[in-house]
Amino acid sequence: MGLLDARVSNRNVLVTSVDNVMNWARLSSLWPMGFGLACCAIEMMATNASNYDLERFGIFPRSSPRQSDLMIVAGTVTMKMAERVVTLYEQMPEPRYVLSMGSCSNCGGPYWQHGYHVLKGVDRVIPVDVYVPGCPPRPEALIGGLMKIQELIRMEGLGISRQEALKKLAEKSVDPQQVIDQARKAATA
Amino acid sequence: MEEAANQMSQTVKESKAAYDIVRERFGNAVSEFDANPTMPFFEVLDASRWVDIALYMRDNSLLQFNYLACLSGVDYPEEQKLGIVCNFECIGKYTHRIAVKVKCQRDGGSIPSVSCVWHTANWHEREAYDMYGMVFEGHPELRRILCPEDWTGFPLRKDYQVQETYHGIKVPY
Repeated sequence: MGLLDARVSNRNVLVTSVDNVMNWARLSSLWPMGFGLACCAIEMMATNASNYDLERFGIFPRSSPRQSDLMIVAGTVTMKMAERVVTLYEQMPEPRYVLSMGSCSNCGGPYWQHGYHVLKGVDRVIPVDVYVPGCPPRPEALIGGLMKIQELIRMEGLGISRQEALKKLAEKSVDPQQVIDQARKAATA
Repeated sequence: MEEAANQMSQTVKESKAAYDIVRERFGNAVSEFDANPTMPFFEVLDASRWVDIALYMRDNSLLQFNYLACLSGVDYPEEQKLGIVCNFECIGKYTHRIAVKVKCQRDGGSIPSVSCVWHTANWHEREAYDMYGMVFEGHPELRRILCPEDWTGFPLRKDYQVQETYHGIKVPY
């Protein structure tokens, strides 16, 4: 539920909490860092482009980590790149979020056994908030992951740590199988 | 013998003709011709003459192998050797093509560099060194090209075991 969905009185007065306003502002202008590592980046760029139009969520890539709220790790993280990813992460101002996009950055993907040069999951070097599965994930999946980040921001507030917010988010999650079954039933009916 | 020659395809015959010119000049420094239908090749048995053979193959007016299409490394653990395979073509004059193999000892072996003959070889030899660890003598800048410079081991050797950690990061799954 967005802030603007709430009823506004006829004198244009809106009563809400500071937490709400802050979270609304932050989740409505979630700026990711514009960088990609492999084929997932192509899918990320497609998501940014007009068909999927991430700007309707206030999301558009920034060219500097210092202006970014979110790091989308889109692609294979090699051992050589791992330290650079850490540097970029450290250059981002807090509060910062990390979305791991695709099998490679989730767990090494197809390189899990013989890819001597591949980092087996970007969570070995930086903390990850949301994982998006897929090889590569479709734009819809990436948008799903981004909305998960927005939900996470909604759970935050003054005096609430990231761990607590993540825990609250996990408690709120629903089993996707029911939704899938419903959609299937509706499609076949 | 003639029957075998008749069975060769046109492209292999062209490669054989090119090989004969090299053989005539260098004799036992090169091996017999192998009429492999995919990529006919010969081996340089005396690696110390490799640069001479390379220059001859590039500059002889009947050969003119002016294009080094690829240079790959190979590991032969049963022979205790490492090697390279170079694929040559001629652009502009002839349609012939041929592959050349050069081998060296697996431990501490070296192969003369042909980066002065074909500049393409510069990065290819660096890659072969990066993956297999053979030294290219006379290479202007022989250092790793893909792996980090402080990486341990040579990944494409058959007995390669990946290192446990790199800069404190766990490497295996």
